[in-house]
Amino acid sequence: MVQGHRPAPPRSAGARGVPMPGADARPHDSVAPDLGRPTSARSLAAIGPEQVTGAKAIVRALEETGVEVVFGIPGGAVLPLYDPLMDSTRVRHILVRHEQGGGHAASGYAQATGRVGVCIATSGPGATNLVTPLADANMDSVPVVAITGQVGAAMIGTDAFQEADIVGITLPVTKHNFLVTNADDIPRVIAEAFHIASTGRPGPVLVDIAKSAMQASTTFSWPQQLNLPGYHPVTKPHPRQIREAARLLATARRPVLYIGGGVIRSGASAELRRLVDASGAPAVTTLMARGALPDSHPQHLGMPGMHGTVPAVAALQKADLIVALGARFDDRVTGKLSSFAPHATVVHADIDPAEIGKNRAVDVPIVGDLREILADLLPELAREHAQHGRPDLEGWWRQIDEWRETFPLGFTEPADGHLAPQYVISRIGEISGPESIFVAGVGQHQMWASQFIRYERPKSWLNSGGLGTMGYAVPAAMGAKVGAPDRTVWAIDGDGCFQMTNQELATCSINEIPIKVAVINNSSLGMVRQWQTLFYNERYSNTDLHTGHGTVRIPDFVKLADAYGAVGLRCETRADVDATIKRAMEINDQPVVVDFTVSPDAMVWPMVAAGVSNDEVQYAQGISPAWDRTD
Amino acid sequence: MSRHTLSVLVENKPGVLTRVAGLFARRSFNIHSLAVGPTENDDISRITFVVDVEELPLEQVTKQLNKLINVIKIVELEAPTSVQRELMLVKVRAEPAQRSGVLEVVALFRAHVVDVVPDALTIEVTGGPDKLDALLAALEPYGIREIVQSGTVGIGRGSRSITDRALDRVSRPA
Repeated sequence: MVQGHRPAPPRSAGARGVPMPGADARPHDSVAPDLGRPTSARSLAAIGPEQVTGAKAIVRALEETGVEVVFGIPGGAVLPLYDPLMDSTRVRHILVRHEQGGGHAASGYAQATGRVGVCIATSGPGATNLVTPLADANMDSVPVVAITGQVGAAMIGTDAFQEADIVGITLPVTKHNFLVTNADDIPRVIAEAFHIASTGRPGPVLVDIAKSAMQASTTFSWPQQLNLPGYHPVTKPHPRQIREAARLLATARRPVLYIGGGVIRSGASAELRRLVDASGAPAVTTLMARGALPDSHPQHLGMPGMHGTVPAVAALQKADLIVALGARFDDRVTGKLSSFAPHATVVHADIDPAEIGKNRAVDVPIVGDLREILADLLPELAREHAQHGRPDLEGWWRQIDEWRETFPLGFTEPADGHLAPQYVISRIGEISGPESIFVAGVGQHQMWASQFIRYERPKSWLNSGGLGTMGYAVPAAMGAKVGAPDRTVWAIDGDGCFQMTNQELATCSINEIPIKVAVINNSSLGMVRQWQTLFYNERYSNTDLHTGHGTVRIPDFVKLADAYGAVGLRCETRADVDATIKRAMEINDQPVVVDFTVSPDAMVWPMVAAGVSNDEVQYAQGISPAWDRTD
Repeated sequence: MSRHTLSVLVENKPGVLTRVAGLFARRSFNIHSLAVGPTENDDISRITFVVDVEELPLEQVTKQLNKLINVIKIVELEAPTSVQRELMLVKVRAEPAQRSGVLEVVALFRAHVVDVVPDALTIEVTGGPDKLDALLAALEPYGIREIVQSGTVGIGRGSRSITDRALDRVSRPA
């Protein structure tokens, strides 16, 4: 607690002119060599050798990497690390209440800042509690480094107290992981972990360190020479593929830019904006890419996929060219794969070669960092335009505008007279504004938050897209607020999600991390309930949570907030929505939880049912666009 | 389905085989045979996989393998441009009356006898799958008591080495 109260130190490493290569998540070329090259040019910055314990070496490596904050909980096997950590003036440790919260907080921090998020846990149950956030970060390509204590090297494999083979357990859900039993390896492995997490396609890396290695004495020096002979992410795209992509984009009659989360991870929003403007093509942003292109951009059709806008879904279906940028043709976007975008030629640009051709056959594959890809593509596209003129997209836009006019996003007021959740969420977005960060859990509220908040900048929308982790919002919002203390951070959460991880409100209160939580309380596991309404004859098996109108309200979210040292507010009528949000906006010295008690019958529309073709998108229940008429 | 032989150079570190084999299992790829061993470089091990897959999934598994940090290089060994061998040890019944017949088969297949007892012989043979199958067929009438077989190992024909560039990378200053 004492540590937690300490304010974040200034970026001391940067101020001293020491590069902080590993902490910068943007995968550009200079990162790797800087970390690993102890050349004379860097000799001024070279540190050590210092005589230290293995534990101290971990702390020193974190410091020299530029880590400012870590989220964790101590325990037996990681105790040696917590001792020198207490003395570090450069690394702030935030004591979380559950390791899952620590993992999601690291992920939220990483997604909000673009830097590597760090979490710490002890062996056994501490480490296994990290499995969910690591799997989550793996699916959403978030740069996270998890450090876990392991039982002493001599005890490994003996079923010792609190022993778990966390390297084996997290093997399929991390980008890479390490087991360290020799203290001398600690600085190099930490450097490698940050390098792997932050370069190429970002992802989580776990470093499991035996207690005996933490206790042993070793030397610390920095920077470290990396030894990763099998790791060479390609960032520079092939010029021939770039030329081919430019040619296609300059000649297609019905092009669509299909924007994925990779644009945000690579920091390529500015370049993307230029491509959208130069090409004149419509663009769609996936759940992971909301904010990569401003929603106010006239060529932006919104989100594609299962709950995408009709114009976005339809444009992809009718496209003759899809340019996929950092997207992965997820089943939630494509619907039934065999009938997805049947007439489209596909250009697929991604930093991960394994994504290209994984789901959808690709005509022009481009492997590289999106910033470099877009930087190369822009002049090629200009050259094509200069030689052959700009393509005539007028007919395409006429059709798209017709869709936009006929099928705008919207909602109807619930028949039961209770609050419409969509209204609440859109008002939060409007009142809090685009400079805020919005973090969602998983379910209906997540879809509404994606649909009804207008995102104008990257890193303003955080959610669990790939894994769909309920309980993500509160701890991730906490991490985001730590990384971006000057921004208003809203967790848009559901009453189901909120009950999975709200223990981190204690962490927020004690450490003065004033997040705002909007519990969109429909008294049920809403998305599951929606599917039961649509596909299971309204048989509501185990989806009633008894938290809303006319129920016992267990728990009472206002009292719960109060118990955690947060301000608890409740809003039940449309007339009170603005005033309640404004009241929440005024509280900046402690967390706020608003219980927006909403109608349980509201549903997410549009919708493409699972496993069917995107052609069968329903604008609202029972209403499908008549494609043949608009074709 | 078609059969492919992949030669995978990996870092010689604990747990690497688990990473590679786990990836095959996770992505639902069947391993027909697998052989692991050291190479001329202490830092590198070589895994030879024989897998039954279509062309497209093979590309995907190769890409996924390449994403493993400890995997240094992957080469597909095509039958016409490589030499591929398996090793088999066969324990066959050989009473004195049948022994000369068994030894004749051994000679025909350029196999070796590595252990002799009054009523049995143990035979060592190397070759491709066709040769080993043929040998087994020839020994069948005498009574095969036990078989143990290695995975396929393979090497490209000609003077070029697939470890050349991989070695450069290992020794390259970072």
